[in-house]
Amino acid sequence: MAITEEQLRTSEDQYKYGFHDPEDYVFKSKKGLSADVVEEISYMKGEPDWMRQFRLKSLRHFDKRPMPQWGGGGLLNEIDFDNIHYYVKPSDRAEKDWDDVPDYIKNTFDKLGIPEAEKKFLAGVGAQYESEVIYHNLQKDLEAKGVIFLDTDTALKQYPELFKEHFGTIIPPNDNKFAALNSAVWSGGSFIYVPEGVHIDLPLQAYFRINAENMGQFERTLIIVDKGAYVHYVEGCTAPTWSTDSLHSAVVEIIVKEGGRCRYTTIQNWSKNVYNLVTKRAAAYKDATMEWVDGNLGSKLTMKYPAIYLMEPGAKGEVLSVAFAGHGQHQDAGGKIVHVAPHTTSTITSKSISKDDGRSSYRGLLKVHPEAEHSKSNVRCDALLLHENSRTDTYPYIEIENDRVDIGHEATVSKVGEEQLFYLMSRGVSEADAYSMIVTGFIEPIAKELPMEYAVELNRLIQLEMEGSVG
Amino acid sequence: MEKSLIIRDLHVNVEDKEILKGLNLELEKGKVHAIMGPNGSGKSTLSYALAGHPSYEVTGGEVIFEGQNILDLGADERAQLGLFLAFQYPMSIPGVSMANFLRTAVNSVRKARGEGEMRVPEFRKLLNEKMASLKMDRSFAGRYLNEGFSGGEKKRAEILQMAMLQPKVAIMDETDSGLDIDALRIVSDGVNALKNPEMSVLVITHYQRILNYLKPDYVHVLVDGRIITSGGPELALELESKGYDWVRQEFAVPA
Repeated sequence: MAITEEQLRTSEDQYKYGFHDPEDYVFKSKKGLSADVVEEISYMKGEPDWMRQFRLKSLRHFDKRPMPQWGGGGLLNEIDFDNIHYYVKPSDRAEKDWDDVPDYIKNTFDKLGIPEAEKKFLAGVGAQYESEVIYHNLQKDLEAKGVIFLDTDTALKQYPELFKEHFGTIIPPNDNKFAALNSAVWSGGSFIYVPEGVHIDLPLQAYFRINAENMGQFERTLIIVDKGAYVHYVEGCTAPTWSTDSLHSAVVEIIVKEGGRCRYTTIQNWSKNVYNLVTKRAAAYKDATMEWVDGNLGSKLTMKYPAIYLMEPGAKGEVLSVAFAGHGQHQDAGGKIVHVAPHTTSTITSKSISKDDGRSSYRGLLKVHPEAEHSKSNVRCDALLLHENSRTDTYPYIEIENDRVDIGHEATVSKVGEEQLFYLMSRGVSEADAYSMIVTGFIEPIAKELPMEYAVELNRLIQLEMEGSVG
Repeated sequence: MEKSLIIRDLHVNVEDKEILKGLNLELEKGKVHAIMGPNGSGKSTLSYALAGHPSYEVTGGEVIFEGQNILDLGADERAQLGLFLAFQYPMSIPGVSMANFLRTAVNSVRKARGEGEMRVPEFRKLLNEKMASLKMDRSFAGRYLNEGFSGGEKKRAEILQMAMLQPKVAIMDETDSGLDIDALRIVSDGVNALKNPEMSVLVITHYQRILNYLKPDYVHVLVDGRIITSGGPELALELESKGYDWVRQEFAVPA
């Protein structure tokens, strides 16, 4: 069934990706979470026993842990875990050719512009629909160099040893309640291995799409960047606008070995009924560099603090975070850096925008271990409030256990001023465009770090959010 | 003579205090008008009220521009009709480059007039020409709007905006304040180069100095919220030598 332009336009809050497809699935687990559901997922995937055990153990962690009472402003308590489908399998396998992807899914990704982007500026693409990756492809020359870019389920089958060696080592299942949930019911996600010295010039991209109502998406991503290698991985995500809430709870683990570099860019644009509760963590070894670029626009509640553990001397970590909280949204975002080794450096730059009654929070942790002398860190968080009822909070946790370090921290809150608006409007710019311009300028320091296509996308999404922002 | 802007009995309050108390003024097309006045006479209030600042409350009168009373229009709509205010203190907008800002402004005005969007190459060419005429380095286009600009750079940037938007009425609010003599000359040369039979310029100033460069056709004296006298360029010189007390007495301003 084709979605008309008209339907796209009238979707709530101008959210362009609010359409949904009729369901025609191979398998959909019944609602609710239990050991049976976990067993069923593992059975359907034909997993080795260790993974089945891992899942069941994780479920026990999930059941045991209390719901966190921080960060979500009480919203977390509203999640009805019994009303969620934990596993939905739309098709039997991940295709390597778009032509083989079922038509209705292909249409969705066409609308999202994925195949087109692949042709233009990507080295490889993965596309996940509900619980499973339905398309995966990597440029042939990279395959020949030994680069692995697969959906995580396939990687478990094809590279069992490499997989088992790293899986769950950065984020153990008992790390937090939602990491435990993901570990129990994970499905899909990307597995990337970049061999020593291989430099992947174009980004690899994965696109995550939730379609069904009351759906839980729990992808699991594992990236291993070997010595001196480089990869830029980009993920995007959208979902239809349903009247009830969906849950997205991913786990992303990254290992950057000596002299390697990994950049991980997210443009999260979930519809405004999705809980987005994600655990992302990277370990950077000697002289390695890890960069998180995190753009959070959509969702009802996002709680996400990409973390970097600087494990060996010379390791560098950078977190760039942009959050946009519009009407009814709460973005609790930030970053977490742990200096484990001496001579490590880090920066966190956070920019948040709150519009209408939207609420954004910066929540960050900077921790310097006693051994991490001569480490340097700089944290900067800026908040921009657009309206009188907009809200922002800053929670910067700093734990320094060594005196011989260089730490900077700066936080600002500003309001869009009448004088700035008047100045722009006196040049013929409409009030809405003036707001947009001020917001675009505010995030410019982060947008300029993105490849052009993504910077354009980020600005476009923010402009969409800004439409109708003026009374 | 054809009028470009007519102000009739304009009353404006700022924070509930009446600042303009029945101001009358007519601008002639293609002419340079100067308004001189002492501190607190209402000079800046006049420029903000004309440009449509929301904090300046108009309590009476009308301003006719392009065949309509513009007092009910927003600042953006007034600008789209061809009104321009060169600010005494331009705001800085971090992260927004001069070029992007100007392109948005130019295209907003064009769109309102039913004209098509100016394409990037055409825009760049125009921008480069205008910057060259104002002796502005090309790197200016990439700098964030007024962010870290010196006083002189800000004023030149205002004139650049004026050059790009080609208004029908340009109001210059104490453009001379804070400028050294070289900057004043560059800015004035820029305005003079823009003068054309379709554009009126309203120079609002405390001092006569800028009028040596921007030769006015008419000089009006603003005291206590009203224009109390008008004349030719010689009035400015007289005012400069005799001071505002002289004009107050001469024209018997009621208390």
